[in-house]
Amino acid sequence: MNHDIHLIVNGEAYLLSVPAHHTLLQVLREQLVLTGTKNGCEAGECGACAVLVKWPGADHAEPVNSCMVLAPEADGAEIVTIEGLAHDEQLDPLQEAFITTGATQCGFCTPGILVNARALLDRTPDPSETEIREALVGNLCRCTGYVRIIDAIEMAARAGREVAR
Amino acid sequence: MIGKHPVKPLPPHELPELRQVGKPLRRVDAMGKATGATVYAGDFSLPLMLHAKVFRSSQPHARIVRLDVSKARSLPGVACVLTGADLPGASLSSDLPGQTGQRQRAGSDVPVLASERVRFVGDPIALVAAETLAIAERALKLIEIEYEPLPAVFDPLEALKPGAPIVSEPDNVVSRWKIRKGDLQRGFAEADLIIENTYRVPFQEHAYIEPEAGVAWIDERGVINIRVSTQVVEHFRSIARAVGVPQSQIRIQGTMVGGGFGGKEDITVELYLALLTQATRRPVKLIYTREESFIAHSKRHPYIITHRTGVTRDGVITAAQITAVAESGAYPYLSPYVLLYTVGMAAGPYRIDNLHVDGVAVSTNNPFTSAFRGFGGPQAAFAYEGQMDAIADALGLDRYELRRRNYLRTGDTTGTGQVIETAAWLEETATRVLAALQESGVRSQESEEGLTTDHGALTTKIGRGFASYFQSYGRITWMHDTSQAWVGLEQDGTVIVRAGVPDLGAGQINSLCQIAAEVLGVPLAKVSVYATDSALTPLSGTSTATRQLYMSGNATLMAARAVRKVLIERASQYFEEDAEALDLADGKAFVVANPAQALELSQLARVCASEGLPLANLAMFRAPFTDPINPETGQGQVWPDFTFGAYGVEVAVDTETGEVTVLKAVACHDVGRAINPAAAIGQLAGGGMQGLGYALMEDFHMADGYLKTPSLAEYLIPTSMDFPTTQVIMLESGTGVGPFGAKGIGEPSLTPAAPAVASAVSAAIGIQIRELPITPERVLAALKQARPGG
Repeated sequence: MNHDIHLIVNGEAYLLSVPAHHTLLQVLREQLVLTGTKNGCEAGECGACAVLVKWPGADHAEPVNSCMVLAPEADGAEIVTIEGLAHDEQLDPLQEAFITTGATQCGFCTPGILVNARALLDRTPDPSETEIREALVGNLCRCTGYVRIIDAIEMAARAGREVAR
Repeated sequence: MIGKHPVKPLPPHELPELRQVGKPLRRVDAMGKATGATVYAGDFSLPLMLHAKVFRSSQPHARIVRLDVSKARSLPGVACVLTGADLPGASLSSDLPGQTGQRQRAGSDVPVLASERVRFVGDPIALVAAETLAIAERALKLIEIEYEPLPAVFDPLEALKPGAPIVSEPDNVVSRWKIRKGDLQRGFAEADLIIENTYRVPFQEHAYIEPEAGVAWIDERGVINIRVSTQVVEHFRSIARAVGVPQSQIRIQGTMVGGGFGGKEDITVELYLALLTQATRRPVKLIYTREESFIAHSKRHPYIITHRTGVTRDGVITAAQITAVAESGAYPYLSPYVLLYTVGMAAGPYRIDNLHVDGVAVSTNNPFTSAFRGFGGPQAAFAYEGQMDAIADALGLDRYELRRRNYLRTGDTTGTGQVIETAAWLEETATRVLAALQESGVRSQESEEGLTTDHGALTTKIGRGFASYFQSYGRITWMHDTSQAWVGLEQDGTVIVRAGVPDLGAGQINSLCQIAAEVLGVPLAKVSVYATDSALTPLSGTSTATRQLYMSGNATLMAARAVRKVLIERASQYFEEDAEALDLADGKAFVVANPAQALELSQLARVCASEGLPLANLAMFRAPFTDPINPETGQGQVWPDFTFGAYGVEVAVDTETGEVTVLKAVACHDVGRAINPAAAIGQLAGGGMQGLGYALMEDFHMADGYLKTPSLAEYLIPTSMDFPTTQVIMLESGTGVGPFGAKGIGEPSLTPAAPAVASAVSAAIGIQIRELPITPERVLAALKQARPGG
C-alpha cells in the first residue's frame, strides 16, 4: 500500500507516493536520488544515513538515522540532507573545515557526520571536545580515528563564532 | 618495567624543501566527499536495472543433495536465477593477486557457485536478479535446498590432526613457509635463559562503513562494464576467465571506495554482477547488506604463534624458534602470501642470527581469511612484542632496553636475510613514544612500585606499554610488480593524471596529483585525475600491500619529470639559458636568478604543441625484481623495503570489572616523507585506532561455524567515545624508496597498536595476557588465575 506524504527536502516541497514499508532513507536515495545520504547498515548502528529532520510542530531540526524512520512517519517534516548543507554556493563552515583539515578520508561516513555536527553546532555553538565526542557516538568512522573530524568541528565552531561576532 | 630514556636525536638526514609535496593541501577528493557529490558504487543506477541477491549456504560443511530453483525462477518479476549447474566448471582463481601475470598456486581455485558441497556458512550457491530488491528477496525464500551435513572442523590445530574432516582434498594444509638461518642448537646453547610462550589472535572484520556494491551492464559493443567498489581493477582478468570471455571484454570502473582495508582486495560482487548481466543482457545492481558483508567477505587470519627464545643475561637474543599456525578458513584466497608475511616478519625488528620459523596455513569450515591491513604483520607483531616483554620481565631488564640491545639497524639483515637499506629508526621512534607517555597528564609521578598508583577507583591499576615494529611496503619482490601512470599538460596550463589507482580514502589519488603539481609547477587545483578504469587508465596495480604511493607515486613522478624535461628544454631555448638555470612554479617557467623572466606554462604548452613536442608521458615504474626465496631456508629478498616505528599507550585497568580504558595513545613512525602530512596523520591515527579496536573490542565470535556477531551492534568497532585522541609524531628520514624518499604507512600504522596495549595491560596488572581481544572477561580470568589459590 502506498501513502501520499508531503516533505520539504533541502528547501524544496515534494508530494510523494511512498510504499508503507519504505524508509525515509529509501525515499531520499531512490525517489529523490539524493544519494549523498549513505546506507551503511539499515539498522541504526552506523549513522551514515543521518539527516536533519524538523518534525511537524517542532521548533528545531534534529539529527535522525533515516533508515530507522518509515517514510509515512515523516509526512510533513522538513529535511536537510548533505546536499542541502551548503547555501547559495557557499559551503557550510563545517564542510569547509572538513576539507581544510583532511577530516574526510574514504568519505562514506562524512555526510552523516556533517549533518550531525551541524545539529550540534546549532544547539551548542561552542562545544567542548567531550560534547563533540558524545554527539558523534552514533556515527561510526573506520578510517580516521576521529582525530581530524573533531579538529574540523572545533575549527568550524571557531569560524561560526567569528561570523557571529 | 620501563624507566626514563633520553630521546634519541635524529641522525643527520636531508629533507629538501618542496613547494607542494610535504604540504597539507586540500585533497582533490575532499570536495565531492564533503558535499555528497561523490557517486559511490551503490549510489549509481541505470534505466531498466535489475536488483540482485545471493543465495548462501546455511551449513558449515555439507553436501548439497537437492537444489531446486524452479519456484524462484517462476516468481513474477524474477529475470534470472543462476546456479552452479548453469556455470559448469566456472571457477575463481582466488589467490591471483593483481596484474603481474605470475602463475597461480595449484589448488587455489574456488567454485564461483557451490553446486556439490558447501564449506562454510555463507558459501554462495545461487544468484537471483529481479525487477525489484523485494522480489529478489522473495525469490531467495523460494529456493529449495537439502543438505547432507558433513563432519566439520573449526579449529586449525584440530584440522591438522590425522583423521580430521578434510575441507578441501587432499588435506587441510593450504601452505607452508619456513626459515632456517644460522645454527639454532648453538644459539640455544649460548643462552642463559630460554623462554617459551604461545600467543593467540582472533578473526578481525574490516567493517568498512560502505558494504560491497556495484552495478554492471553491457555496453553497445558488447563489453561487460562493472562499476564497483574494489581495491583491484585488475580482477577483470579473473572475471573474464570465470565468465568465459576475452579479457578485453570486461571493463572495471572502480569507484571511490568507502573503506577497503584489504576486504575489497578479493573479488566481492563484481563476478556475480558480470554473470547476471551476461545472462539477462540488462543492467544489474548488487549491494550486500551489513550482515551479508560480515558473512561473505574475507577476515583477518586468526593465528596461534609460539616463540621459544634463547637470551643471555645481558639481554642479547641468541636463538629463536617460532611456529605460526594460521587459520585459512574455507578457501585459500591469499592465505599463502599472508602466511609468508607472518613468517618473514615473525622475528620482529630484531637481529636474531640463529632463527627457525615454521608457518602453516590450515583450512577449516570457518569464513575464509585473506587480506586485512598488515597482511599477517600485526599478528606477528603481537607475538614478537609480547615475547620481548616476557623476556625483559624474566631478566628483570627494562622493556625498552632489552629491545634496544637487539634492534635491527640499517645494514643488518632480517629473518629472511634481506639487508635493511633505508633508515631503521627504531630507537628514534620508541624513545619519542616513551617521552610522550612520560608527559602524560594522567599520571606524571613515578612511584617506587612502578606504574601502579591509584587513579580513580582504588581498584584501578595504571600501566604504560609500547611496541616497536617493522612492516613491509610494496609487494613481494618476486611478483615483479609494476605500475604505470600517465601525466599530460593541457594547453591552458592544467594538468591531467591518468592511473588505474583505486582510492580507498587514504589519499592515493591526491598524492599522485600533489607529485605532478610539484614537478610541473602548477597549483594543485589545476591538476585533475582520472583513476581506476581498467579500460581507459593505464594499469597501476592494486591498492593493497601499502604499494600505491611507492609504486604509482614513482610512476607519476617519472611521467611528470618526462613532461617537465620537454618544457624546460623548450624554455631553455626561449630564455637562452641553461636548463639548470630554469624552474617551473606557480604555472610559469622562469629563470631562477631572475624570476621576472617568466613564461606562462599555457603559452609554453602551446609553443610545444605547435612544434610537435610531446606534452604527455606514460611511465612504468618497476619494483626490484628478484627470484623467490629459497624454499628450504627461507633466505632471500621478500620486499622492497620496510617502515619502522613505535606505538605507546597508557591504560587504566579496573581490577573489579576487568575493563581496560586507554588513557593516552601515541604513534610515532618514520614515514620517509609525507606527501600530504594531513593525509599521513589521518592514516597513522586511523590505522592505530583499528589496532586499538583489534586489541580491546573487536570480537568476531564464531560458534560451530556460525557467526554470533553479524552486526555493528554486536561486533563493536571504535566509536568517538572509546579512545582518546591519538598523539601522532611523524618523523621523516627521507630515505624511503617511494617518491621523494617516502615510505609506506597504510598498513604499518596498525601493526604496533595491539601489542602496545597488551604491554600496558601487563604493566598495570603484572600478568601478561597473550590472547586478543583483551576483554574484561579475559582480564578477570587472568587476575583470578594469578591470585593464590586461583
